[in-house]
Amino acid sequence: MKLIFELGTDGQGTDLLPECDVPKADPGPFARSSAVRLPQVSEVELSRHYAALARRAHGVSDGFYPLGSCTMKYSPKINEELASMREFTGIHPLQPEDSVQGCLEVLARCETMLCEITGMDSMSFQPAAGAHGEFTGLLLIRAYHKSRGDEQRRKIIVPDSAHGTNPASAAMAGYEVVNLPSGPDGCVDLDALKQAADEKTAGLMLTNPNTVGLFDRNILDITKIIHDAGGLCYYDGANMNAIMGIARPGDMGFDIVHLNLHKTFSTPHGGGGPGSGPVGCKASLSRFLPGFLPNPCGSRYSLKRPPNSIGDVKAFYGNFLVVLKAYAYLLELGKEGIPEAARNAVLNANYMMSLLKGHFQAAYDRPCMHEFVITLEQEKKTSGISAADIAKALLDHGIHPPTMYFPLIVQEALMIEPTETEPRETLEEAAKVMNQILDEAQKEPSTIHLQPLHTPVRRLDEVAAARRPIVCYEYPQE
Amino acid sequence: MNFPKDLKYSKSHEWVKQEGTQILVGLTDYAQDALGDLVFVNLPEPGDALRAGEALGDVESVKAVSDIISPVDGTVAEINETLLDAPETINQSPYEAWLIRVKDIFSEEDLMNAEEYESFCAAQT
Amino acid sequence: MGSYVPNTKKEQEEMLRAAGFSSFDRLYDDIPADVRLNRELKLPSGLSEMEVRSSLEETGKKNHVFPHIFRGAGAYRHYIPAFVKSTVSKEAFVTAYTPYQAEISQGLLQSIFEYQTMICSLTGMDVSNASVYDGAAAAAEAVAMCRERKRDTVYVSAAVQPQALSVIRTYCAGNGIKLVLVQEKDGRTDLEALDALPEEAFACFYVQQPNFYGCLEDCSAIARIVHNKGGKLILGCNPISLGILKSPGDYGADIAVGEGQPLGMPLSFGGPYLGFMAARKELMRRLPGRIVGQTADIDGKRGFVLTLQAREQHIRREKASSNICSNQALCAMTAAAYLAVMGARGLARAAESCMAKAHYLQEQLENAGCRRVHQGPYFHEFVTVCPPGLSSPQILKALEKQDFLGGLPLDDSRILWCATEMNTKTEIDQLVQIIKEVAEA
Repeated sequence: MKLIFELGTDGQGTDLLPECDVPKADPGPFARSSAVRLPQVSEVELSRHYAALARRAHGVSDGFYPLGSCTMKYSPKINEELASMREFTGIHPLQPEDSVQGCLEVLARCETMLCEITGMDSMSFQPAAGAHGEFTGLLLIRAYHKSRGDEQRRKIIVPDSAHGTNPASAAMAGYEVVNLPSGPDGCVDLDALKQAADEKTAGLMLTNPNTVGLFDRNILDITKIIHDAGGLCYYDGANMNAIMGIARPGDMGFDIVHLNLHKTFSTPHGGGGPGSGPVGCKASLSRFLPGFLPNPCGSRYSLKRPPNSIGDVKAFYGNFLVVLKAYAYLLELGKEGIPEAARNAVLNANYMMSLLKGHFQAAYDRPCMHEFVITLEQEKKTSGISAADIAKALLDHGIHPPTMYFPLIVQEALMIEPTETEPRETLEEAAKVMNQILDEAQKEPSTIHLQPLHTPVRRLDEVAAARRPIVCYEYPQE
Repeated sequence: MNFPKDLKYSKSHEWVKQEGTQILVGLTDYAQDALGDLVFVNLPEPGDALRAGEALGDVESVKAVSDIISPVDGTVAEINETLLDAPETINQSPYEAWLIRVKDIFSEEDLMNAEEYESFCAAQT
Repeated sequence: MGSYVPNTKKEQEEMLRAAGFSSFDRLYDDIPADVRLNRELKLPSGLSEMEVRSSLEETGKKNHVFPHIFRGAGAYRHYIPAFVKSTVSKEAFVTAYTPYQAEISQGLLQSIFEYQTMICSLTGMDVSNASVYDGAAAAAEAVAMCRERKRDTVYVSAAVQPQALSVIRTYCAGNGIKLVLVQEKDGRTDLEALDALPEEAFACFYVQQPNFYGCLEDCSAIARIVHNKGGKLILGCNPISLGILKSPGDYGADIAVGEGQPLGMPLSFGGPYLGFMAARKELMRRLPGRIVGQTADIDGKRGFVLTLQAREQHIRREKASSNICSNQALCAMTAAAYLAVMGARGLARAAESCMAKAHYLQEQLENAGCRRVHQGPYFHEFVTVCPPGLSSPQILKALEKQDFLGGLPLDDSRILWCATEMNTKTEIDQLVQIIKEVAEA
């Protein structure tokens, strides 16, 4: 299809603003010498252009989306509607406090509810995404050690199964990363952890359930080893969907938590964002939190910066409308719906795993939490069928493929997370399709490398894209 | 797979070519094959100090990045700037696509000859 | 009320048994008893959709939406074309994840490519990324891009927006970059102070055009000074202003960043907004986050992919230059839709109106005794000092009573005003009348 720059002609487009009703001001030497080059397209053509783009996108509303570690659950429509209320969208972030009490109420109540779910004592909504929350959490760890004059702690321990953001965030916060090899069961190797934890350890970053979809049974030992060594424990909330209302990071010994409201708490991901990555912590760390937090003060709220705040990681109060959607979700589910969602997320994952059994090899053959990992290592060796082949073949069936090649500790990995909002028939249909794809590929391995056949474009040349990057449209020379 | 006789090889799959008191360092045929289509090379700057066993730069494929390990202690004399625009040369002719020229070499890792390296590679798979 | 779980209790039971579990509890056998929450969550019971709606409507009533806004300071009220909202609320865009699977994500990828191109046109730069969290985070990420082994000191103009400075400070504290403020003089960067800085370790200088006080900086002179020292110039810019003002590229900036909120995003109590980042070609590989590139599929058809991924955290891990993963994709699409429907003509008209209304407002305030504090040219914001006997709170309170959100009080006597195309002449005249009345009373 055409790019927006290949549509329209000079002079097209509708004037949406009135003529200016006051005398013009002259920018003088600051004026640009020629107009910005932007599309000149009629509104009807623009409308068709974006409609065509939407047809070439796949959202949760278009079909099954078992993208592991991303929790692509259904986003209730009511939340979108509430987040577009003028009473929230029309509020300037620097309005007088008395005029933003509704916004502060949303932040404060959402904080209370999420603290109850995570077992934390306070929370800042300033981080805009998971990785942003990780960075924030690590700065809290730094501030804590610094406040104790314990600044020789330069190391953050990260399991090799972790998301890439964990080590990257630790490095951004000025830490040296100690990669911890996982045990054969995909969980933390306690002996290796004991070896790694010492007086230089600032903290540990961990997600539990971990990235292979298993709950680490030794969690209390793990957090104790770190605490005994003088470090803090950071919980990556990417996988919170499995355990909300069932178990709490705070009770597992974690000191700091980030959540991905755009995963666990149903706010849609918008094709890459905006998300929200609030950071919660135990009371002893609250004074370091970033931004301004709403404090109840009689019948109203006032914004206060924590006394030893690390500062700001983003302007203002975070992605407020995203927090609002998560708050609405929490109200809808309540104390009954939250654990019910978690239980069904785990049920759906286990059910789907059982349907793939006998065809696909699970990386860890035991009950999983909200997601599980299968490996094509054997198929790759014997018949050249890779994880990517299975993923690409699924595209022709209207199913978004699972996460590929992650975690790095599993070869030819596909990570499947159905979420609780998928009906049984969808899981059965998807499992049937996957099993068929594999069976057919094993009979005739060469055909699968050519799939997909029916998508708007077929397999793309990523090597050429990276070697000679074209990242901006070049208008034809006139 | 090609293993030229006039070169020496490291266990991390770099080749070394002696040129007077200086050496050229590149990636072996085995390495480029394992890495797949390379899309970018990060090289040090002339004058940078190198330490044997430590990364001197890295090469990127679409979905991975791999360190290039220095086989010697020394100083970077020159880098092969043509690779910055054409990393595919490493895939096409690995033994011509030298990465850096090293001077002031004062110690060197134990390197293998072509025969030893060939059997080392055979044992890897 | 309910968790949006589609399966009935009966189905759930059947699925449990089919998967080999005798009860829901057995699903959680791996969670030791001593870390289980063996009680109900202390939360309210779930509500029906109807109840949630009325609950949030009640909460919303505790906010006050000002119909007349003369406050900016980093968040600006502009006209949002109907086309923008209808476009970005399409479900396929809203409910997709990051476009990892290019074959079924061409719509998103192409929209990001179009966004990147428009940001390049606007800023006069060669390459743009797919967005970061907001303008302040964009500035902080840009600073991190400029760090080199022998250049680890960043200089920031004292005339930048405080939130941006605060975020840069936080990021620098994390990664060990030294941050030094360059003083301002009459509301603009003190060029003599800038010129007097040592060349050694000079990584970059960050300044905004227009700056926090609305003033227009002499960016050509700034670029000359910074480049003479071997440093890079990061220019923060207001995207609307670029409809009529010189671009960062025109000034020779190395990196352009800014807050994209004015491009079609409502005020929303501070977020979600959009951080845009663009740079000269030489710096492409140092840009953080996602970048979309053009390529072809196996049939030779044009297509788009996430490219240069080996820079990023999921591959480079602790050696990545940034940890960013999720960005503000839908906000980037909002900005692109805004720029597309406004076109160059519409954007220029918005910018002209902003500048004209601000100048009209400033003249009228001057008549009411509120003198402008600074001398130099400005875009759509400016600072006034209150007339003798009146304080900022007195003026602002009086305005609020009449439903006007006045400028941002900088202290007891100075106010930072902003006007946009949304402010009519009548409205401005009313505002000034209110102030005159307070002054007389």
